[in-house]
Order: sequence, then structure tokens, then C-alpha cells
Amino acid sequence: MNSSKTSGSPPGPAGPEAVLTYLIRRLFAVVVMLIVVMLAVFGIFFLIPKWTGVDPATMFVGKQADAAALEGIREKLGLGDPILVQLFEFFKGILVGRDYVSAGDTIHCSAPCFGYSFKTEQAIWPVLADRLPVTLQLAAGAAVIWLLIGLTAGVVSALRRGSIWDRMTMSLALSGVSLPIYFTGLLSLAIFSYGLGLVSNEYTPMTENFPSWFSGMILPWLTLAFLFGAMYARLTRATMLEVMGEDYIRTARAKGVREPIVIRKHAMRSTMTPIITLLGVDLGALMGGAILTETTFSLPGLGQAVLKAISEKDLPLILGVTLITASAVVVANLIVDLLYGVIDPRVRLA
Amino acid sequence: MTAPLHDTSAETAPVDPALGVSADKAIEGRSLGRIAWTRLKRDKLALTGGIIVLLLIAVAVFAPLIVGLLGHPPDQHHEDKIDPLFQTPIGTLGGISGDHLLGVEPGNGRDIFSRIVYGARVSLLVGFLSAMVAVVVGTVLGALAGYFGGWLDAAISRVMDMLLAFPQLLFIISLISVVPSQMFGLTGTGVRLTVMILVIGFFGWPYIGRIVRGQTLSLREREYVEAARSLGAGRRYILFKELLPNLIAPITVYTTLMIPTNILTEAALSFLGVGVKPPTASWGQMLSQAVRYYEADPMFMVVPGVAIFITVLSFNLFGDGVRDAFDPKGTR
Repeated sequence: MNSSKTSGSPPGPAGPEAVLTYLIRRLFAVVVMLIVVMLAVFGIFFLIPKWTGVDPATMFVGKQADAAALEGIREKLGLGDPILVQLFEFFKGILVGRDYVSAGDTIHCSAPCFGYSFKTEQAIWPVLADRLPVTLQLAAGAAVIWLLIGLTAGVVSALRRGSIWDRMTMSLALSGVSLPIYFTGLLSLAIFSYGLGLVSNEYTPMTENFPSWFSGMILPWLTLAFLFGAMYARLTRATMLEVMGEDYIRTARAKGVREPIVIRKHAMRSTMTPIITLLGVDLGALMGGAILTETTFSLPGLGQAVLKAISEKDLPLILGVTLITASAVVVANLIVDLLYGVIDPRVRLA
Repeated sequence: MTAPLHDTSAETAPVDPALGVSADKAIEGRSLGRIAWTRLKRDKLALTGGIIVLLLIAVAVFAPLIVGLLGHPPDQHHEDKIDPLFQTPIGTLGGISGDHLLGVEPGNGRDIFSRIVYGARVSLLVGFLSAMVAVVVGTVLGALAGYFGGWLDAAISRVMDMLLAFPQLLFIISLISVVPSQMFGLTGTGVRLTVMILVIGFFGWPYIGRIVRGQTLSLREREYVEAARSLGAGRRYILFKELLPNLIAPITVYTTLMIPTNILTEAALSFLGVGVKPPTASWGQMLSQAVRYYEADPMFMVVPGVAIFITVLSFNLFGDGVRDAFDPKGTR
């Protein structure tokens, strides 16, 4: 994809020093973002109940609990400590691990320590590490399919604007973005799993039985890819149409570059810019946002875990998943920004 | 399509001069709104979408009347229509009959038609009002950021970037789940609806805000704004009388495209069990109940799913049409 002009040369006329400054600035922004996300989650579960006159401790043990139980919970959660102390302890836990003192015993929780679940009293990190692969498999598999379908459909539609193919694909794409994923999911389960018995409706770990794993993942992949493929096809078509009208495309044609090369080397580059932006956001958000797909197909991923945690007000688990999601989003955005310079020669780090 | 001529009248100039004007007419000043309306009238798909949207609004407004004529009270159980052994409706296709136009719910036998009609109220109410919240907040903050610049712009832009990078669905679910069941003098469904509208709107405003900010930024440097300023116009006058009218087109486009997204979010929240609670009917909540019955009674899943699909599709068709009609480049 790289032409000789851009590959190897340091991005931007200002040289590597500017890149370093840029990177440091971006990393700083990443840290700020994560702190804000954490403050927001803390605020939602500790401050809002306070304002609306609900004791946070009662949310965890129920309204009928006696005073002693409430006091115990308050001590366990450190609700008596100032909020800054709680925040500091939480950060320390993630970076270097922390010690919990409870009824005279000291329990060490090694880094990365997200604390212990309020409900099951299990350590959070192993739960996250257990569920993250399922979400990753779901997102990665679906992304491959939706990029293939979406980009192809969008490019062909743009190049044959107004043709039968264009109209049919775009109608399908419009339907795709108008269908809720849990409806297409249930429909496909009813038809392909229950009706025709072609695929499994259960999740099996990949290491246990590969064919069963594949059979259980294919419907979630396709359902998710149908929604995102439709979005990407619409975006690709619109961007491609805009790009094909640009002056530099006319110039390339005028100097005698053959049409396939114009499309592949000149048009595709700028078409990719908004698509990569969207891909970064989408993949990051899917790390915690595949809630609907995971619920529909009963996949034991992060989304399912966080949904349950929210209904149980299990703060440490919610914090863990939200932080993973937020990190995924900001890291994906950072990678995307760095990719711009490689893909589109007009964009330089500024 | 007629060949686009250049309309350089004073009113339309700030947006883009390359607006289509039919060739047989003399070049005269036409407002952007009128040009867009002429174009929209020719777009059959968009019109169809718009008509279905109007019908849906009528259904939502006159829900009690419609249900009184064609259905049953939405909370009324009809256990006699349910197979006592399998809990599924008696009869074909989920119990569809002249009495129950779309069948009955498995388990308790509530009339699906009536619940769909009442569900339209929740969907449209949340869809429209949350878009309104987003538009008001987004326009005000976006215009302030774009017009005044400086630290105000920096602060508002940071907040917008931050909100756009937030794991939104996660936060919406968390926020709604901690809200108590009584607030602002409202109870139950009222609280749920208010909170959903505010929260969905809150996460939607940066999309509008970014566009308004960008437009304001470029508009405030135009000559006509400078002319107004040199004639002694105050900030308020420039913002409301000179800039805002030119922001109406992009705001309209993004609002119409935001409503279907919000409707999908409401349905998703109800599907996940954090939206409106039974007995209040909502399409997403019906689908979540249908999960248990999709093998035995697929109609119960298909009806609310199709209702969501038709609603969102109509809004999208109409929204796409509005966008194309306002597009200064003019061709689809």
C-alpha cells in the first residue's frame, strides 16, 4: 500500500522530535481520559445515590439490612475514607498491587489488582482475563467479515453509481442499519439453529472443541458483521463518491494513469481515512459494548459480565470493564491517528 | 436532474452558492429551505418514509382511540387464549385472529396489537425528546465554542472529545440503573422516561455540537457578519440573527438522523431490562420477553422486531432524503 514517497521517511517535515512531543502529548491525554472515566464511574455509583438521598451501603446489602451489616459494608468498601484516598488506592492496586486489611488478616492482591467483587468476593482481574478472549474473538472475527463485505460493497456501489447493484446493496445496507442486532440475532437463531439445525446456539471454548467453537461463533459474527458491514458500506460509498470528484483524481487521469491504478492507489487512500477512524472507535467500543450481541447469543464475554455487574451494583467489576473499554478506545484512537500519516500523504502530524 | 446553475443571491450565499435552480426559471433569490423542499418533494423514497413517520406519530397520539376500536386494554390478560401446558398462544401464528390482530403474548395472553400501539408512544417520545435535548445543548455549546473561541472553545471541545470516546452504552446503563424509582415528583415509568431522555440526549449533544462549532467557526469570518458588526450589531444579534439561521440546515439534517438512533437506543435499553418497566409496553421489552419463546412462538419476536425496523427505516429514509435535499452539491 505504501508508495516509495512515504515509506521510511519520518512523518512530517518537523522530524522525529515533533513526533515525540506529539506522542507524549497524546499519552498524557490517554491518562487524563482514563482518570475521567474512573471518576465518572465513581460518581455514578457513589455521588448520585448520595444526592438523591440513598445510602450507598444500602445499595449493596439491601434496605432491610441491620445497622451492623451496613457498618461492615461501609468499612469493607472504604466508604468512610475520603474519595481521593479511595481513588489513590485503586490506582495503586492496578499499577503495583495493594494489601487489604480485613478483620486483622492482610490479603495481598498483586498487580494488576482491580479489587474484589462485592457480590462473589472473587478477585476481579481473573474474571476479566477469563472473559476478555471471548469478546476479542467476537469483535475480531466480525471485524474481518464486515470490512471485507462493507468495503467491497461500498467501493463497487460508488463506482457503479445508479446501477442495479448499487441500488440493491444500498437498500440492503439501509435495512441493515435499521435493524436492531438482538432482533436479527434472534431471527438467525430461530432459523439457522432451531429451524435448520445448521449451527450451535451455545458457546464452546476454542481450546475445548474447535468445530463446536466455530459453529457457536458463526451466527454472532455474521449478525454483528451485518450491522457494521451496512454502516461501513454506506460510509465507503459516500466517501468514495466524494474522493472521485477531487482534483487530484482528475490530474492522475489526465497524466494517463490507468483507471484501476487511479482507484487503488489514489482514491482508496483517502477513502480509507474516515473508515480507519471509525474502525478504531468501533473496535474499542466493542470491547465493552458488545453487550447486546453477547446477551442475545449468551456469549460469556465482558459485555455480559458488566450487564450483570450493573444490575447487582458490583462497582469493582464495572470499573474494571469500563477501564478496559476506555483504554481500548483511546489506544485504538492513538493507533488510528498515527496510521493517518502512513495512509494519506496529505495528513501530517501537526 | 436539471443542470445546476449558480444561485448567488444574498440569502443563500453563506451556505454554498452551487445550489440547483431549474433552468427554465430566471435566476432569482430562493431560500435554502424552499430549494430543499422542492428537492425533497421529488424524492419518492424520502416522502414514503416521511408519510410513515407521520402515521406513526398519529398512532402514538391516538393510541387509546385506536386500541379502543381495534384492540383490548394493553394490560388485560387473556388466559383463555393460552395453551395451559406449553404457555404458548392457541391457534396459528401466535394466535392471530380477527379479535387479536397480531396475536397474544405467550404466558399471559395480552393483546400484542395494543401493546405495539402503546409501545410506539414510548419509542417516539424518547426518540424525539432526547434528540431535542441533544440539539438544544449541542447548538448552544457548539455556537458558544465556535463564536467566542479561546479557552471556552478549548474547554467545550475537550468535553466533546471526551464524551465521544466514552463507552456510551455502558454509561447509559449504569446511570439509569442507579436512579431511584421516585424523583422530580414523578414515579415509576415517568422517572424512567425522563432519565432515558436526559441521558440519551446528554450523550448525543457532542455530535451536534461539533458540527455547529465548525460551521460557526467558518461563518463568523464571513463578510456579512463583519458587515453586521461594523454596523454596530451586538454579539447577541449576530449569534441569533446572523449565524443561527445559517445553522438550521445542518442541525435539521443531524436531528432527523439522530432520532432513529435514539429509538434504537431506547429499544436496546428496554431489551436489556433498564428501560421502561412492565406493565408499560415498549418494543424492546417485548423482544426481551420473546427471547424465552423464540423457539415455540416466533411470532412474538417477529412483531415487535418488525415494528422497530419499520419505524427506524422510515426515519432513516426520510433523514437521508433531508440530507440530500440540503446538500449544496446537489446530486445524490
